[in-house]
Amino acid sequence: MNQFLDMVMIGVSAASIYSLMAISMVLVWRSTRVVNFAQAGMALLSAYIGYELVARIGNFWIALPLAMVLGAAFSALIEFTLMRTLLKHSSQGPIAAIAPIIATLGLLGLIRASIGFIWGHADVQLEAPLSKVGYKFGDTTIVMSPMSLFVLLFVITLMIIVSVIFQKTNIGLALRASAYAPEIAQLAGIRVSGIRTLGWAIAGAAGAAAGILQTVNGNGALSPESLEFSLLLVFGFIAAVIGGLESLPGAVLGALVLGLVLAFVQIYISGALVFIVAFLVLLVVLILRPQGFLGAKAGRRA
Amino acid sequence: MLQIQDLTVDHGAIRALNAISFTVAEGKLAAVIGSNGAGKTTLMRTLSGLKSAASGEATWLGHNLLHGKPEHHVRNGVSHVSEGKSVIAQLTVEENLDLGALWRRNSSEAKATKKEVFALFPRLEERRKQLSDTLSGGERQMLAIGRAYMSRPQLLLLDEPSLGLAPLVVEQIFQSIRQIVDTMGVTVVLVEQNAMGALKIADYGVVLNLGTIAATGKASDLIADPAVRAAYLGY
Repeated sequence: MNQFLDMVMIGVSAASIYSLMAISMVLVWRSTRVVNFAQAGMALLSAYIGYELVARIGNFWIALPLAMVLGAAFSALIEFTLMRTLLKHSSQGPIAAIAPIIATLGLLGLIRASIGFIWGHADVQLEAPLSKVGYKFGDTTIVMSPMSLFVLLFVITLMIIVSVIFQKTNIGLALRASAYAPEIAQLAGIRVSGIRTLGWAIAGAAGAAAGILQTVNGNGALSPESLEFSLLLVFGFIAAVIGGLESLPGAVLGALVLGLVLAFVQIYISGALVFIVAFLVLLVVLILRPQGFLGAKAGRRA
Repeated sequence: MLQIQDLTVDHGAIRALNAISFTVAEGKLAAVIGSNGAGKTTLMRTLSGLKSAASGEATWLGHNLLHGKPEHHVRNGVSHVSEGKSVIAQLTVEENLDLGALWRRNSSEAKATKKEVFALFPRLEERRKQLSDTLSGGERQMLAIGRAYMSRPQLLLLDEPSLGLAPLVVEQIFQSIRQIVDTMGVTVVLVEQNAMGALKIADYGVVLNLGTIAATGKASDLIADPAVRAAYLGY
């Protein structure tokens, strides 16, 4: 029973971070129809910025939101300069679908190389601001620690803020309309290109939070070649795809399923299988339900 | 006044519109009719800024319609209801309407406009909280027109509002369009396959054929013209 509770807690806290990553992939996909593989690099860069800010200000609680703002600004800048130019110059033929995605792969390499150039290739350490020792109940220690509890609550708060923005505000209406039907949104007077940049900005903030929280919730080590960040990208992407790629609640649901399945495998079977099982989950979902958990059945509608 | 002068538009390698010219006075309804491939939709997409022209001029009250994006034209009082299902299925009826007024930034004015839309199409008020996916074809068309009206246009470009609708519903939509012209003073350019229905409610008619103007004139004259009747009205 204890083991089962541990599994759920490990699964849910991993899922909370995957869901941030998944949300940032979904937001970018919805606003520009690009799968942004550079998201891992952007999250890593934000984690380094978080590390730098902590080193300079000495306060994690200020560094975290500040790094999210900078992550948003960086992401918006990428959309504004790189993506806009690419979409304009490769708007026709098969290259139009591929070029932006390949460009994000190139950008991923560029960001990683730049990080190595600025901060060096040796590991740097972003210390956790809260204890990572699990809470004690009587003589049993659970895996949930003050740090992982904070991560979970922070992510839930972010999710609530994002869903309120999307469902209740004018900006959210413009974001949704531009994602579902850019041409109609444009005819309704929405400045769709600005809204696209905004979608990238929100994605950048979510990715920055994912990067920093993953680091402080893990062993705190950061390196330009970080395997954890590649895994974060892969798991975030899988969560987004099995959730339906179009849907924000779907991304959260996908992350939850993935997190729980992986925690189950890790605890009851073997930690070595986690990577394989993640892809198995992806395959099984794509075969049984190609549109994802909450994706629309038909293709894109006008 | 909507003034179109020698407007030429290419569709890839094909010349979709070849130096067409016509004008529409303010507060009037002009029907643009013609068979498939005549260039009707191209004309509408060019006027609203979705498509760029090869040469010529098009102005509305002095604003150059051949320059700038659709969102820019909306702010100058030109709204376009594109062909087909011009509503966003994943949004509710009310969200679709609100969308048309987002750029106006004055929520009390937008609310007043919404009241006008609901007065014109009471069905939309009954269904305001429903996803627009659940609407009938006629209701969708009402919603598309209502959304365009939410931007408070002076010039409304309507592309085939009768498409796929039952005759009775078409009649009702056409009456509403006439009402928008008569009581709200909006100028309308109405593109239609349903030539007879459109000419009956229109003030002027423009007959397009393979990208050129085959005939223009008062709608009633066109209906009476034997050549137009034979070629486009089917009797």
